[in-house]
Amino acid sequence: MLCQQCQKRPATVHLTKIVNNHKTELYLCEECARQKGDFKMFVPFSINDLLTGFLDMDKASVPVEQQGMLRCKTCGMDFMQFKKVGRLGCQDCYKYFAEELTPVIKRVQGSIKHNGKVPRRAGVGLRIERQVQQLKAQLQKAIETEAFEEAARLRDQIRELEKQLGQQ
Amino acid sequence: MSWINESGPHNGIVMSSRIRIARNIAGLPFPSIASREVSQKIVDTVRKSILESNSILSRDFDFVLLKNLNDVGKYMLLEKHLLSPDLIERAEVAAVLINHNEEISIMINEEDHIRMQCIFPGFQVDKAWELLNRVDDIVEESIEYSFDEHLGYLTSCPTNVGTGMRASVMMHLPGLVATNYINSVLHTISKVGLTARGLYGEGSEALGDIYQISNQITLGPSEEEIISSINIAVRQMMENEKMARQALVQSSKLEFEDRIWRALGVLTHARKLSLQEFMSMLSQVRLGVDMGIIGGIDMVMLNELMVKCQPAHLQAYIGREVNAEELDVVRADRVRNELSKVI
Repeated sequence: MLCQQCQKRPATVHLTKIVNNHKTELYLCEECARQKGDFKMFVPFSINDLLTGFLDMDKASVPVEQQGMLRCKTCGMDFMQFKKVGRLGCQDCYKYFAEELTPVIKRVQGSIKHNGKVPRRAGVGLRIERQVQQLKAQLQKAIETEAFEEAARLRDQIRELEKQLGQQ
Repeated sequence: MSWINESGPHNGIVMSSRIRIARNIAGLPFPSIASREVSQKIVDTVRKSILESNSILSRDFDFVLLKNLNDVGKYMLLEKHLLSPDLIERAEVAAVLINHNEEISIMINEEDHIRMQCIFPGFQVDKAWELLNRVDDIVEESIEYSFDEHLGYLTSCPTNVGTGMRASVMMHLPGLVATNYINSVLHTISKVGLTARGLYGEGSEALGDIYQISNQITLGPSEEEIISSINIAVRQMMENEKMARQALVQSSKLEFEDRIWRALGVLTHARKLSLQEFMSMLSQVRLGVDMGIIGGIDMVMLNELMVKCQPAHLQAYIGREVNAEELDVVRADRVRNELSKVI
């Protein structure tokens, strides 16, 4: 819904005031709510707050005073700035901030290993790797059941794929 | 299948199923720091990836620059869940592609370069992913995504990294709210990595007993695993909701039906209705229709009514800007008008 004050931005603050037993309710956007200023802002708790919280809580491997120096060489974002806004500047920030970011990602996500969809273009290598893993499992089974012709065929297939990986 | 105009499986409790994925274009800065020129380039690239693709899907999309819409236009799309508040905040550089059935929307220059979503009526998360996955493949034919072999799809905020996927199911849970079981149910789902929000996203309160259940974690489990845990939770919650409704009927059938008929009375006779009151009365009527207590009204009509009576839709309906009090009068008029067609 729209803010009842400015009718422009979405209402994100629900303000209930009780004065002399008279209750008034207002739905405002954060900006109008702040302008009203006669109450303490309730800031909804979001996953981003959580993230920033974790960033502060995790024992920093880089001392805080040096975090400002931690900078993404591609986009110029520094780590302190990221901590403030909770948004990275570019894909390479993941690389340049890895030391600080990886433990936080592990905490928030519970994992640091993607097991989902792999894009056709950007993920060619990973696609092949996964295929090799699958074939190796099949090979193991073929050997166990003494299906040697099948095993030889799988072995050749794996070699071929591994060659492709090497060329990447 | 639009979630508003069409019926879907388990529509009585599950209003819609939505999948959203976040993608970025390799080598370009994320939207929050991108220059105007780069943002423009991103808009063009994504627009072409859909409109100029060979897929039959491509003919089905409309392209909209947000700065060409007025506020009412933008908020109407928001009320239909076809774009996000974040996209509106970046209206200067943002755009959206929406298909004609209003199932798929591809937001450009939101928090990530691309946020695409598919939304279906009722409980069909798998189907929504099936379609969105295909759209994702089409876009990828001409765009190289930011992707890391360990971290998956790279996103502007690390809370979306990995699959970049948010699956969310919108549920109508008046029984759990009335029996006060809702908080313990929400507490339980939070333990399995799911979270609940109100009708219009983060921070919004649960108007009309409507909750959106979605996954919190995007990295580690595959898309299918994320969907399967959401499905399990939603099925369980549906059972809980049905049990809560039965418990309410058993404790006092008269009270239960009285609340529902009174709500219908308010909707058919009130001269002013705030959004909050409208949503809570609508919730009771929806419950009554689903339980077979009120006849002659169908679920789809109620879904349409809900969207038609959100602020921006009402502004568009009367064609001029009105203040909040006038809006309540317009809302009451419109509700009476719509309901008089069926009752």
